[in-house]
Amino acid sequence: MDVRFTTAGDTAFNVEFGEGIDRPTNARVMALHARLKAAALPGLVETVPTFRSLQVVYDPALTSRSEVQAAVEAELAHAADAPLEGTLWRLPVCYDPDLGPDLAELSASLGLSEDRLIDLHGSTEYFVYMLGFMPGFAYMGDLPPELEKPRRSEPRLRVPAGSVATAGRLTTVYPWESPGGWHLIGRCPVPLYDGARPSPVLLAAGDRVRFEAVDRARFDSLTAEAATGRFDPDTLRAAP
Amino acid sequence: MITPCLTVVRPGLFATIQDLGRFGHQELGMPVAGALDPIALRLANALVGNPPGAAGVEVVLLGPALKVEADGVRVAVVGPMALSVEREGQPPQPLEPHRSHTLTRGDVLKLGAVSGAAVAYLAVAGGFALEPFLGSLSTYVRAGIGPLGGKPLGDGGRLPLNRNDAPPGADVELPEPPDYGGGPVRVVLGPQDDRFTAEAVQTFLSADYRVGKDADRMGLRLDGPTLAHTGSADIPSDGLVTGSIQVPGNGQPILLLNDHQTAGGYAKIATVISADLPRVGRLSPGGTLSFRAVTVEEAEAIRRRQEQTIAAWVRAIRPVRPAGGVDLEALYAENLVSGVVDIVNGNGDILNRENMCGSCP
Repeated sequence: MDVRFTTAGDTAFNVEFGEGIDRPTNARVMALHARLKAAALPGLVETVPTFRSLQVVYDPALTSRSEVQAAVEAELAHAADAPLEGTLWRLPVCYDPDLGPDLAELSASLGLSEDRLIDLHGSTEYFVYMLGFMPGFAYMGDLPPELEKPRRSEPRLRVPAGSVATAGRLTTVYPWESPGGWHLIGRCPVPLYDGARPSPVLLAAGDRVRFEAVDRARFDSLTAEAATGRFDPDTLRAAP
Repeated sequence: MITPCLTVVRPGLFATIQDLGRFGHQELGMPVAGALDPIALRLANALVGNPPGAAGVEVVLLGPALKVEADGVRVAVVGPMALSVEREGQPPQPLEPHRSHTLTRGDVLKLGAVSGAAVAYLAVAGGFALEPFLGSLSTYVRAGIGPLGGKPLGDGGRLPLNRNDAPPGADVELPEPPDYGGGPVRVVLGPQDDRFTAEAVQTFLSADYRVGKDADRMGLRLDGPTLAHTGSADIPSDGLVTGSIQVPGNGQPILLLNDHQTAGGYAKIATVISADLPRVGRLSPGGTLSFRAVTVEEAEAIRRRQEQTIAAWVRAIRPVRPAGGVDLEALYAENLVSGVVDIVNGNGDILNRENMCGSCP
């Protein structure tokens, strides 16, 4: 598909690379994002990567749509489509039933055993397509097709922070207690948002994630470690 | 010495610290937040000699009462708000908005009800001694982000001040309250107007909408005729801006304000132009509005004219004239003070800083 520009008022426009949620389309989004971050165009406020489009935010008091779009088109001609090699994270997750209250229902409706569901969830290296909804909320794909199930029809008003969840072909870890309609299958003891860190958000768009099952004792000790602020998230980086 | 501060005697309904927004971190899912009415904040700052992007207190509907715990402080309120000061041993004295006031230790500044608009702003000369987070002092209450623990002003809380005294010079005023104009709110269609029927777009641009009771800093639910999508209301989540008008499957539009999430999955029929954001930021439940479409080029021209108007308002700031007749002291003060104001404008300080902030919505 050709690149398409859509308009979000006089402060932003979107550069759309496709219609669907897939890695090649997202790679083009991330390549232009990286390119524009480095270019630091005058009047450009920021760029926000999403699944299939890049939102370009500018200050209309300083520049104009036509100027910014021309500069973006020039960068587009040079943006490589090579997928970004983000950080690979190993995130612990405990799949105990009280931490994953939808595990039983989800596995039954998918016709899988709970163990098989857990194995499948941990068998994939996920890709962070984008962040949004709340600070640090990562939309990760692609879930194995056997685990695909639309969002719950009745969203929960309170999903506990750290909940590991699935919806459609996506998975996530809720960084905050918040409302949410995804299926909760476990809990990650590592805070994905920590305002005390230089970058408060652990995962970035373009990163990759592997979930590693831990037992309750390990979950509890990691939770306690994180609560004291002694936990070093760098220990979760996989060796390159 | 105890840090100079304003102590919160009564918190008001929902008062938060806001500047012009936390831009540059939406890729982390970090909302922009910032003042719902950035023009009012900029003018309040101009009245106390601050750069336009300094943080002030955003007051929603009913304001706080603040006790001065400093040798002196100069404050200004912009917005249609009743306010007064209580000095020990004296009856409460009403104060005017749209001008600065010099207060002394022990004074209690009482901000009352905001009328005809949801928000008003309090600025203090020298600004608040608060720690920016990711480059901004804006508060995003949903995730507890920003100064004061990311919370609204609370009982007994303290707003630390950068100055322990009021700056020299007389108090100043805006000759008139700022007039933002009326008429339909101007929008640019898109980014997904092609996902609505032609009739729905026509309806959107001709109907009257009323702000529903679900209205907060995140957005306004609008009650009015439903808008039909050509297909599904859902799209792969893409970026949102302040002023995005998304329409979920029920066909009722939601106008997103400053605390909007960074991305969303509902088709957006149109986007409010930046020059009209202060107007929609002042709407509260029960308010009505209609929409008119303009092009991006028209929106940009409107915004440029608006920036000139704001600059003219700032230039028109003058020493306070007492009610009735010429006052020699005021004339004398005007010579001195308008000189100060001219220096600030003349070297482009206010205007340049305005531009440098790079974050004006």
